[in-house]
Amino acid sequence: MKFGVVTFPGSNCDYDAYAAAKLIDEDVEFLWHQSTDLLGCDVVILPGGFAHGDYLRSGAIARFSPIMQSVVKFAASGGMVMGICNGFQVLVESGLLPGALMRNHHLRFSCKFVYIRVERTDLPFTASCRVGDVLKIPIAHKDGNYYNFQGDLQQLKDHNQVVFRYCDRDGKITEASNPNGSADNIAGITNREGNVLGMMPHPERAMESILGSGDGLRLFESIQAFCKRGVNVEKA
Amino acid sequence: MQNKKAVVYVRLKDGVLDPQGVTIQRAILNMGYDVVDKVRSGRFFELELVDGNGDLRGKVEEICRELLANPVIEDFSVEFK
Repeated sequence: MKFGVVTFPGSNCDYDAYAAAKLIDEDVEFLWHQSTDLLGCDVVILPGGFAHGDYLRSGAIARFSPIMQSVVKFAASGGMVMGICNGFQVLVESGLLPGALMRNHHLRFSCKFVYIRVERTDLPFTASCRVGDVLKIPIAHKDGNYYNFQGDLQQLKDHNQVVFRYCDRDGKITEASNPNGSADNIAGITNREGNVLGMMPHPERAMESILGSGDGLRLFESIQAFCKRGVNVEKA
Repeated sequence: MQNKKAVVYVRLKDGVLDPQGVTIQRAILNMGYDVVDKVRSGRFFELELVDGNGDLRGKVEEICRELLANPVIEDFSVEFK
């Protein structure tokens, strides 16, 4: 299988995502934002960073990079897309995921390890986890406060689209464990079809215990296992 | 005469929490003024337009919807000058 990592001007976690794919012995290519060719990748990662300087709103300009036309088409045909941090912001701005990521409620850039609870495991991204598993993954963002209108938030929950929620180390969903004011402690969501994932925490920065946590590895191994099973994987 | 400038105001929708506005309001209180009850922050853009035919307002509003405002959380208004 092959990962593709999009590089926007201002992306800064593209090499981490690249290294994560290498760590699990998979092929990986960088995809320049001006290109429209996804090079036959099985999974497209929109990495963290500050695409286009985060001018206007985080992710707002990146949405119009040529590569995004191909990513939108790829996602519509069932291709796996994973947006991490800034990549999640690009996904909501592109309309591939619902809601918005607003300024953290405390207005500060927050860079630390957090715990997130896995809420769904019937997805390629979490297939090797169990519901209720607690993962230790770092965050690093200023605009990660997930927001959606009451009705739309309810729809999101009704369709079981919440994948990760901020929690304490025992897996309890508490206000104190919510690092940015996100509605319902939401840390990551998927689309209704389950092939697009957006998350604020950085699994690609938690691939080896020497870095503080190896829990991010489980997401990459999930994707790998899912692809190896060859279940209707859409090629770009 | 053709309009030459569009001024776009983008605001958070009513009911959307504005932590920047709250912080600014607190600062105003700390300055010693008790006349401000609430602050809502926003931004504005000046678009200098080229002469052209067609539905100028329609095009500018499309630009607002697609780029300048995020319709999930923001409203916009346009004034032509």
